[in-house]
This record gives sequence, structure tokens and C-alpha cells, in this order.
Amino acid sequence: MAQENVLQANGHSAGAHLDYLDSSKGLWSWMSTVDHKRIGLMYLWSVVLFMIVGGLLALLIRMELLTPGPTIMDAETYNRAFTLHGAVMVFLVIIPGIPAALGNFALPLLLGAKDVAFPRLNLTSYWIYVFGALMALSTLVLGGVDTGWTFYTPYSSTTGGGVSMMVLAAFVLGFSSIFTGVNFIATIHKMRAPGMGWFELPLFAWGMYATALIQILATPVLGITLLLLVMERVLSVGIFDPNLGGDPVLFQHFFWFYSHPAVYIMILPAMAIISEVIPVFSKKTIFGYKAIAFSSVAIALLGFLVWAHHMFTAGMSLFAGAIFSFITFFIAVPSAIKVFNWIATMWRGSISMKAPMIHAVNFLLIFTIGGLTGLFLAALSTDVHLHDTYFVVAHFHYVMAGSNLIALLAGLHYWWPKMFGRMYNEKLAAIAAALIFIGFNATFLPQFLMGSRGMPRRYYNYLEQFQTMHVLSTIGSWILAVGLFLCLGVLLASLRGKKNASANPWGGKTLEWQAASPPITHNFEDTPVMIHGPYDYRPQPVPVAVEREQGVSH
Amino acid sequence: MTWFRDFLLGSPAATHAAEMDGLFIFITLLTVFFFLFNGALIFYASKRWKRRSDDEVTPHITHDTRLELIWSLIPLAVVLLIFFWGFKGYVSAWVAPNDAMEIVVTGKKWLWEFEYPDGTRALNDLHVPVNKPVKLIMHAEDVIHSFFVPAFRLKRDVLPGRYTEMWFTATEPGVHQVYCTEYCGKGHSDMLARIYVDTPEEYEVFLREGDEQVRKMPLKDLGQLVYENKGCATCHSIDGTRGQGPTFKGIWGKTERAADGKEFLVDENYIRESILYPNAVVVQGYEPIMPTFQGLLREREILGMIEYIKSLQ
Repeated sequence: MAQENVLQANGHSAGAHLDYLDSSKGLWSWMSTVDHKRIGLMYLWSVVLFMIVGGLLALLIRMELLTPGPTIMDAETYNRAFTLHGAVMVFLVIIPGIPAALGNFALPLLLGAKDVAFPRLNLTSYWIYVFGALMALSTLVLGGVDTGWTFYTPYSSTTGGGVSMMVLAAFVLGFSSIFTGVNFIATIHKMRAPGMGWFELPLFAWGMYATALIQILATPVLGITLLLLVMERVLSVGIFDPNLGGDPVLFQHFFWFYSHPAVYIMILPAMAIISEVIPVFSKKTIFGYKAIAFSSVAIALLGFLVWAHHMFTAGMSLFAGAIFSFITFFIAVPSAIKVFNWIATMWRGSISMKAPMIHAVNFLLIFTIGGLTGLFLAALSTDVHLHDTYFVVAHFHYVMAGSNLIALLAGLHYWWPKMFGRMYNEKLAAIAAALIFIGFNATFLPQFLMGSRGMPRRYYNYLEQFQTMHVLSTIGSWILAVGLFLCLGVLLASLRGKKNASANPWGGKTLEWQAASPPITHNFEDTPVMIHGPYDYRPQPVPVAVEREQGVSH
Repeated sequence: MTWFRDFLLGSPAATHAAEMDGLFIFITLLTVFFFLFNGALIFYASKRWKRRSDDEVTPHITHDTRLELIWSLIPLAVVLLIFFWGFKGYVSAWVAPNDAMEIVVTGKKWLWEFEYPDGTRALNDLHVPVNKPVKLIMHAEDVIHSFFVPAFRLKRDVLPGRYTEMWFTATEPGVHQVYCTEYCGKGHSDMLARIYVDTPEEYEVFLREGDEQVRKMPLKDLGQLVYENKGCATCHSIDGTRGQGPTFKGIWGKTERAADGKEFLVDENYIRESILYPNAVVVQGYEPIMPTFQGLLREREILGMIEYIKSLQ
């Protein structure tokens, strides 16, 4: 400490401070840190750990489905395995993945801020997450949970095992999510660097803002619903179980009122990362800044009005079905706009296919499939056929797993030098990206065909006619696993080397690249001032003040 | 296009299917087209404008309103078209015609029970006539199930404490697979049923003799099924208790006295007569209140009833 004070007294020369990784030592300094970067890293390692847990479960599930009938486990174990896979991946990996891990690390840096608005709340959010995660995993010793991650009543209110614990875990995890959302909204409103107006915000911040809106508005509804479910299970208060006078479809309405917007908690941050990576590696200003920014907000708001498209076969009125289908189609438009904007950004750029960009391009292709296959499920007549088949499984994996995970990897490779001050092996990272892309498509493409031919989801046993496609899918899962482990290995291997990354290895124009790699605890030696736009790649960037005066908007 | 449709969806077997199949193929082609289109643009851009040196200068293009309008409005038009197309198919599958034959479907862990208009019940095998509208009135006994017939492109959740409906006109004779598509526990993936779409001749045989299950059932078991399902149990006990009618226990081979005092033997002919013309000869001390079962029981079911009563000694 004393040494640091002396160094500080020496003035603000670059390198005068130890970076945030080395500024203090010991486990406690990490566990009690309020530094957004350290909290981001703790989230990151937790997410990686749970991704391995969820991924191994996925491999077991795919292994079981290699043959019809029993392969390696019995039906009850299988049901518990896919439930835990879903719950872990949704609540512990995808929802916190980009916002809490990468968002925490990058958002304040992108804004030119010292930290998030409420650093202690940030730490609280992390420990609530850890507590919720332990609760969720404790169901393994409480007899498991076999409801599916959707907890549909009255199955969930009558089956045995640790359903109440799992549901309470999701309740607790919700608070972590809300705290992060509140924090990000306050940070984006109040902590922007001098000179940074709303339309000079990096698009990552717009994406985080839209995500945070959903987190704070939708998560409480899930919390209430889950508490009602626990009340029904423990106190036999009849809410959803018809035997107690409840309505089972009501649960689905409540559940999807949160969980459909939650899908956008998963995809908006992914889009946010892609909006950062593509301009940098195309060395060209983003095309249609406002269109991308507003389409994020549009998706977030429309996302609240479409929940019942999960229930077209559940017994809704014709009129309700038509309304929900109609609104759902409007989400397709902002999604399409974004994809075309990203491609237009690449057009006439100077494209460098480094690992983050490879992942970003893979994202564009996978999201194109994931997005367009959504049309089948938004349309009423086709959804009736496809609902609860493997087609749906394939579709949501393309969006939630493929798009989200690959965008997470794009962001991770992009900010890795900033996080750890080290470059990874570019060639191996590119090979890993290719394996992930091939493995992902090999796993999930056959599932579309299986589903359209009628294979229902959550089936332990299946008819022989589906076996070929199940085998292809299982082989795909092995390729995907090899790719992901290679990717992790390449990144971890880089940590053994010296800190060799420059402050701005990719030539980015957003503020985080003005900080050292890795940054000091307070991010910047001096408060950065926003001079030119976040994507101004002109040889002589035009100051934002001048652009505003000239009325030149993005 | 037929091979493409059969490859994607399997061949259709109900009147609704064509509408949905057309839309499915349309969106499939749209998806393939945009995937290739986007893929080609990305591939072209990354080759054509590959970075060759670090100080390359790129044009500063912030937006292009005309282009952006085009790629907003075209997707909008396409999705609206898809919406209406999907809605049309959904509506046509919504309201059943008035003359549809009604079948009650009960889903429970982990089997499907079907009840025909004549009161016959069957497990997991449903017989329907070809080219006749059929309406299923469905409910569940325990948790939510879902009745899915891929060949008909139809699916409907089956809920406890509520009725849901589904109707179809099957066009292809043959056997069509039914799946449960709402997760319902350990036996979910074995909760399968089959719909037998019968030609008029086959359906005649089915109406006369029942389905294969029934045809193969030993007479005594069939009789017990009739006793339980057709309301006999309401008045006739099998344990000797007196009900609205005489108990079946030990009645076989007994000599009974009729209301007018005449004696008669309870044999095959008496039982048959009592089922078809119940009030011809009534046992003394009982009211002539039994309804006739003419036309409600198949010939083999009457034989089954006789065998069943024989067995209750």
C-alpha cells in the first residue's frame, strides 16, 4: 500500500500503477473486491465452470440418445439430466454469461468510467449468484429434479425430489440478475465519460441497457411465480394444480412472461458484442448506428408482448393466438435489420479474420439460421406441428446456445488481451472456432429434420426411424466438445506467458483501448474524454462536438 | 416438390396438412435462401476486402436511409405474409364441422384411452373412418399431456380439469403414429398411440367386431370389459349384493321365478334375451326398468357377457 501511495505521488505517468490483477494479492482480496473487472473475472470463471457442468450433462444426454431405449442410463436419470442441463445452462451460464462476466468487465471501460455505479451491489450480486448456484446444485443430493427447466404445473407441483429447492435457487438467482441490471442502468446514465452523449455510446452499452431493462422488469414476475409454485408444493395453496382448484395454464402464462423476455436477455448481449467486434475487425465505422441501437430497445420492449407464442397448442382463444403470433413477427424485423447492418459494416471494410472476427462471422451465420427458423414457430399453423418437437430444441439451441455462446467467445477473444494483458495462440484459436462451428451445426442441424418429421423433445426412448439423425447429432456433440475444450485450453495456455499485449492490439476506437492492458484498478490514469465517435475510423477522426454542430448524425 | 415435402415432414394424411405443408416449405426455402445469401455476402466481403496492411483507409459510411428502408420493409412484408398464411391454417383447424364424429380422449400417465360414441373404449389404438370428420374431445387425469399426430400436422395439449378439442378428416388409410408431446415423467416417451384410418369396409368390420385388441380378447375378459364399461355394474352386482336388478353372482344355471309366477332357467338364451329385450321376462321382485342394449353391443360382446356371467359362481 505504502509503495502504491509513493507511486501515486509520482504522478500519472503510464505504468505508474500496478494493474488490477496484481494490485493486491490473496484469495480474500478477490472475494471481497469491489473492482468491476475482478468481479467480472469471478463471474467469468464461475460461468466457465458451470458451462463445463452443463456441457458434460449435454454429452451424457447425447450419449444416451445414441440408441433407442436404454443406452447408458434409465429414464428417471435421463429426465433429471436434461432438467439440470437446462437449468444450469439457462440460469447459471447464459443469463449471467455475457452481461455479468463480460459486461461487468467491459462496460465501465467502454464508458470511460472508474467502475460501475454501485460497486458493493455488484459484489453482492456475485455472491448471491454463487449462493443460488450452490442451491441449484444441491438438488443433486435432494433426489434430483425431473420437471424440465420450465417447471410446468401440475407435474412440478406433484412430482418428488428437489423441485422446491431448484425453484428457490432460480428465485435467488433472479436477485443477482436484477442487481446487475439496476447497476448497469445507473452506470450508463451517470458514469459516461465527459463528452459522451447517448448517441456516442458504444453499441455494447445500448445492448446492455436493453438487457438490463428486461432484467429488472421481467425477473420479479418469475420470482413471484416461483414463490407461488413453492407455496403450492409446501403449503398446498391451490394456484396451478387443478386438484387444488388451480389453473395449470396460468403457470405457463406467468412463466413465459419472464422466460420469453429472458430469451432476449440471452440474445441482446450477444448482438451487443457483435456490434463491437465487427467494426474493429473491418476497420470501418458501424453501419446504421441508430438502427442497431433502437432495434435493441425495440426487441427488448416487444419481447414483453409475445410470451404466449409458447402456448399456441395449450388452449388459448383463437384471437389471443392470432395477436401473439402477429406481434412475434414484428421482432423478426429489428433482428433482420441488425444482421444486414453488420454485413453492410463489413462491406468495403478492411477485414481482418482474427479469432474474435471468426467467431463473429460464425455468429452471423448461426443467428441467421436461428432467427429464420423462428418464423416457423411464430406462424400459427406450422407451430402447431413443430411445438415441443426437436425442431424447437434445434431452434432455441441455435439462438441461445449457438448465437449466445459464440458471441460470448467472440467477446472473450476480443477482450482477452485487455483482461489479462496476454495474446493467445491465434492459429489454434482459429482452429477451435472452426471446430466449434462445425460441431455445433453437426449437433443441431439434424435435429431440425428430426423435429419436422415428428420426433418429440424430452424423449428418453424413440422410434427406430430417428436413429440415424440422433447418431449424427451425438457425433456432432463430440466435435463441439473438442472445439470448446481446445478453445479453453488455448486461452488458459496464454496465461502462462508474459504480459505481452499492447493497450490496443486490434486498433479499436472505443475507450477501453485507451486503458493499459490489463488496466489499473481505476481503469484510466486520467479521466478519458470522449473526443471522436466510438467507431470513427477516419485517418483524422472528427471530434463529436464538431459532428453534432454540423448536425451529422450517425 | 412432393419428395421434398415427404423428406422434410413425412407424407401428409389429413385435410389440414396441405395448408401447413405449403407454408413449411415456403419458410424452409426462405431460410435456405437467406442463409446462402448472407453467407455469400460475408464470404465475398471477407475475400474482396481482406486486410492487406494495417493502414488501409475505409470509407466512412454511417448509414443509407434508402437501403435501410429496403431491408426493413421487405422483411416486414414477408413476415406479414407468413403471419396470414399461418393464421389461415390455424383457423381452418379450429372449428369442427357439426357432423363430426365425437371421440372422447383421456390422457393419463402413460396411456391414451379412447371412448367411441357407442360407449366402446380402447387403449392406445384409435380407429377412424377415412374421409369423415372426427372430433376429439380431450382431457387428462393427472398432469398435462399433448396429443400429436405428425401425419395430420396436428397437436393439442390435453389438460387436467379442462376439455380441449381437435378435429381432422383423415385422407390416407393406414396407421398413423401419435406421440405425447408434453413432458409427463418417466413414461413420457412410451406414451404412444396409433390412429388406424380405415377404409369404409374396414371400418364396418371394426364397428361390427371391434378393434384387433377386442377381437383377440378371450370372451370372458371381453364380457368383464362390457360389464364395467356399459353400465351393467350400476344395477347388477357381482358379489351377491341386491341392486336394482338381480346380482350376477351365482345366477348362471339357476331356476328363477318370473313376475307372473312361471319358472325359467337362466341359460344362454335367457341372458341374450334379457340384454336385447330386457323386459320380456323379469325376475320376480324386480321392476321392469332395464333399458335395451339392442344396437349397443356387438354380437361377440353378448357372447362375452354370457361367458362372464358363467364365470361368476
